[in-house]
Amino acid sequence: MTLFLLSLLVFFAGQVLPGDVGRTILGPFADHDAVNEVNHQLGVDRPLLVQYGTWIWHFIQGDMGESYIYRVHVAPLVLQALCHSLKLSALAFVLVVPLSILGGLLAALNVNRPIDRIISIAGVSMTALPEFVTGIVLILLFGVWLRWLPISAAWPDGAGLLVQVYYLILPAMPLVLVLFGYIARMARAGMIEALDSDYTRTAVLKGLPWREVIWRHVLRNALLPTITVIASQTGYLIGGLVVVETLFRYQGIGSLIFNAAKSKDFPMLEACVLTIGLIYAVATLVADLLYSLLNPRIRIRNAND
Amino acid sequence: MTNLAPAVQWSRRQEIFFALFRSSSFLVGMTIVLFWVICALFGRSFVPYDPLAEDILNALGPPSLDHWFGTDQLGRDIFSRVIVGSRDILTVAPLATILATVFGTVLGLLAGYFRGIVDDLVSRLIEAKMAIPSVVVALLAIVALGTSNMTVIIVIGLSFGTLIARTVRSAVLSERELDYVAAAALRRENAAHIMFFEILPNIIPPILVESTVRLGYAIFAVATLSFIGFGLQPPSPDWGLSISTNYGMTSGGYWWTVLFDALAIASLVVGVNLLADGLHGALDG
Repeated sequence: MTLFLLSLLVFFAGQVLPGDVGRTILGPFADHDAVNEVNHQLGVDRPLLVQYGTWIWHFIQGDMGESYIYRVHVAPLVLQALCHSLKLSALAFVLVVPLSILGGLLAALNVNRPIDRIISIAGVSMTALPEFVTGIVLILLFGVWLRWLPISAAWPDGAGLLVQVYYLILPAMPLVLVLFGYIARMARAGMIEALDSDYTRTAVLKGLPWREVIWRHVLRNALLPTITVIASQTGYLIGGLVVVETLFRYQGIGSLIFNAAKSKDFPMLEACVLTIGLIYAVATLVADLLYSLLNPRIRIRNAND
Repeated sequence: MTNLAPAVQWSRRQEIFFALFRSSSFLVGMTIVLFWVICALFGRSFVPYDPLAEDILNALGPPSLDHWFGTDQLGRDIFSRVIVGSRDILTVAPLATILATVFGTVLGLLAGYFRGIVDDLVSRLIEAKMAIPSVVVALLAIVALGTSNMTVIIVIGLSFGTLIARTVRSAVLSERELDYVAAAALRRENAAHIMFFEILPNIIPPILVESTVRLGYAIFAVATLSFIGFGLQPPSPDWGLSISTNYGMTSGGYWWTVLFDALAIASLVVGVNLLADGLHGALDG
């Protein structure tokens, strides 16, 4: 349903665009008939509904159409960019998840003490800072002054995985900082609730060591809402990627969207946005499945129904 | 009953007022935001240089006594540009937030009060909105409608409006079960009256907090759009725009061309967030 709305939105955003597609491709001096010919080949002179129908039908079959600008099929470009972006996001998540859960745990164990206030306020502020702002400060700090990390994400050809990670650390950091706030806040809230619960009190009262209580009882319950938040951040992540990939000149889906928007390459733009929507839907589904897998209460209730 | 209500409300207001001024995050946030508002309003009259005046002979000068924050590649004084640069973002972001608040409140009231089909429609709209990031929505709309401050305000206003609608809706859902709503319905007040004169005044606090939070994100979004070249346009001394024209030179060591703009955005955003945090604490307490 959401995907359908999304596809409509993207498609019609493309249609409001003033200007003639054939004219854009052939340039302002092209022959009028030639322009019409190109328009006919691309199918943009057919009725809107027909165009939408063909577009969706082809998309479902994996054919995302041809880029107006590059005159090649969009699908391989989108897939390649997606791979690059996945690497970057994977690194960001690998860094942020343990970090923010730890942060949330620390805050929850010290509720309303200075350490909690610091983590909460720092988390909220980091979340609210635009990625390019933190990115610029990090570039200056680690790239220009300390010279620890490369300031561009373009690694040399044939670089191994470790080298790639080395090049991606700086681009991943702004994403990590933004996500940290969200995830840590959820982890903190979940943790406080779990710490306050009857089963935790029981665990403490029956003499379990504190470490064991936290590890086996509190963390497991507290992480449930956190997982949902992590999945829901995929939507945000793409927006962040647009900025970060532009800032670090990285060839991912974010910079692909950005360039497509800039050059008004609509098949490309539509393909990218719809792919993102698809990924979001899958991520939400995975989160739901994971949630019920990890939460026996839901699993058992469903089994009894 | 009617005689008592204002007196109770007044002391409650005083309470909130005192709580606000005891809250350090509110005071610090207020100071930062006020500082930038003053810069936006009167900056032009007290900056040492014209923020748009080019002086090629002094291009890319490092910070000095003459130019506190240095000069950019056209020799423009960065200190003056940073001060005056607050103006555009502090016009566009608050306007977008106001639009979002009005739109979101109406939408949320309708969804929460009428439930049923209206609620379903609004909820689906919110979900669809959640699936695509604001930056991408804004990008699409701006590509289709052309770049202008008006487009930015409308796009951000509408897309943040759905988020405010979500908050308002849940506030309305719990509020509409209360006795005073039932009483108003028994008095045969019409739906519009109940929504806007009975329920709305009671859910102002959460709306206020949510709007302040959204203002922070609106600044985020406007700055980001300017940075990727779809927001404010040159020669505006806007911060995001300045960073986007200058960040290519950071590897050459010209750090002052971007650092101060970045710090300005950071301080404004943190200020608004502290403000929201203080407001939240005072209104909940």
